[in-house]
Amino acid sequence: MTQFTRRNFIKAAGGAAVAAGAAGFPMVSFGASKKVVVVGGGMGGAAAAKYIRMMDSSIEVTVIEANKHYYTCFMSNEVIHGRRSIDSIRFGYTGLAGHGVKVVHDIVTGIDANKQTVMTKGGHHFKYDRCIVAPGVDFKWEKIEGYDAKVAEDIPHAWKAGSQTVTLRKQIESMKDGGVVAICPPPNPFRCPPGPYERTSLIAAYLKKNKPKSKIVVLDPKPKFSKMGLFTAAWEKYYGYKSSDSMIDWQGTPKGSDDNVLKSVDAKTRTVTTGFNELKADVLNIIPAQKAGKIAFAAGLTKGDWCPVHHNTFESTIHKNIHVIGDAAIQSPLPKSGYAANSEAKVTAAAVVALLNGKDAPTPSWVNTCYSFVHPGDGISVAMVYNLVDGKVSKVKGSGGLTPGYAKSTMEMRAREEQYALSWFKNITHDTFG
Amino acid sequence: MKYRTIVQAMLALSGVALGAAANAATPSGEMLGNTCAGCHGTDGISTGPAIPTIGGLSNDYLVDAMMEYKTGERGSTIMTRIAKGYTDDEIKAMSKFFSGKPYVGNKQKVSAKMAKTGAKLHKKYCEKCHEDGGTSAEDDAGVLAGQWRPYLQYTMEDFHSGARTMPKKMKKKMKAMMDKHGAKGEQALLDYYAGQE
Repeated sequence: MTQFTRRNFIKAAGGAAVAAGAAGFPMVSFGASKKVVVVGGGMGGAAAAKYIRMMDSSIEVTVIEANKHYYTCFMSNEVIHGRRSIDSIRFGYTGLAGHGVKVVHDIVTGIDANKQTVMTKGGHHFKYDRCIVAPGVDFKWEKIEGYDAKVAEDIPHAWKAGSQTVTLRKQIESMKDGGVVAICPPPNPFRCPPGPYERTSLIAAYLKKNKPKSKIVVLDPKPKFSKMGLFTAAWEKYYGYKSSDSMIDWQGTPKGSDDNVLKSVDAKTRTVTTGFNELKADVLNIIPAQKAGKIAFAAGLTKGDWCPVHHNTFESTIHKNIHVIGDAAIQSPLPKSGYAANSEAKVTAAAVVALLNGKDAPTPSWVNTCYSFVHPGDGISVAMVYNLVDGKVSKVKGSGGLTPGYAKSTMEMRAREEQYALSWFKNITHDTFG
Repeated sequence: MKYRTIVQAMLALSGVALGAAANAATPSGEMLGNTCAGCHGTDGISTGPAIPTIGGLSNDYLVDAMMEYKTGERGSTIMTRIAKGYTDDEIKAMSKFFSGKPYVGNKQKVSAKMAKTGAKLHKKYCEKCHEDGGTSAEDDAGVLAGQWRPYLQYTMEDFHSGARTMPKKMKKKMKAMMDKHGAKGEQALLDYYAGQE
């Protein structure tokens, strides 16, 4: 049976008939028929659901999420360092329920864009007027011989926080002094661009204090990375970087070369083979190349590895009435960060609410703020304001940028940045799940 | 949108070039304000421990603060970088949005003895501008009661270092307070503010 959504009804009946509708078709309940289904309850999905309800409580919002809890990727490096508990980055869905969001724990297996229906593994069908897909990232396991989801339980990527975060922490904790930690960051684009380098910094901070003879080798398939100048300045300050006794050995890869591109891993001996060399590690952290989450492919929302969207509404350019937000979307120059996902969620929420009420989507605005810890007591950041120019997300000229370099920024200011980062964590998680 | 198009057309005719960024209408205060919530909390209510609550502050205070960040007159770690991303109209719109929200203070654990001393010092040196024990937004001087203590501390450090300039009246009163009661007096004041709702 065709569902009588308010929007379809307006389309079918035309404006004049709608005016008569209230009197002429008393059986049709407009208010109850506006349905939004959100696929994925991470940083993007949860924030979108909450903000739609805050903006228009007449809209029925259902979040379908596989897990009972979400572990934030941000701050998970603090768990690996050891100064934060895994429980402190775990968030449930009672806050969303408090906003009247229906939360269903199930796995979405498909989306029928024509029938406007989301299907789940549990055998349920959810009708929607608009759907928001926020599946995050999936891994390109096939790029690394000998590495898959099963191997990753022992040689963790820890790039989706949770049990693997704890595994990596335990491995570093039980490593002997003088051991080698090898970190293999992914090629661009990937979730949380400064993340592997914050991880390097915080593991170094732990080792420096507890196992000072140990080394960290970073086999990077890229020639440079996010906040590179600030990270390397901090590594010089704290970990002897560039000296003969450096705790951190970052090995980049020049453009066009495959020097530190990971080819294969021998799980038994924890040996990785790159285009140039072989390295045996005591603790191995492999972060594979990434693509949009599985459901984005199943629903036909992808072009290449990611999902193309209209930037004013984040509606898919492939399927109408489906919006894709967060890491899975092609949102550049917005980065694949938690803050960007939160910002995209609110722009999308406002667009969805306006469109469901027969209005134009409002003019969008986005912000990204991203903090990293380089050492306990020392934080750095990057920020940017974005607007819509010619239909595309665009950096506002003159805005944003990095913490001033180590020669220009004082320790006091960077200590404040650490405190602001801790506040940011509390506020963004409350803004999303609270 | 339409208004903009007409204005653009008129300006084009009159030979005034309009920047590319002007091809969309100014975002609403709500749209702009929501981007701030990632750091400052939903509706500008910060859950702490250091980022200040901005919801419920006065419109004038918020506009002034953002304009000072934008021009660099007021120093900061990150706000000077972010404020440069907004037009004056956008700053007005977001300030109006946050000033329309309720102020929700956060009562923090402080030394009761210090707070008591602080209350007395407040009455003598600060109450004239920061009315009603620092709880009023209407005086445009910034709400202090229930604001996060590390932020209050940073603010005072910035005033002393010159990263932020004290208004004339405040400078005079603060000098008198510091001369007589010193750094401990200042800490007592902060305890008084942070210890309120």
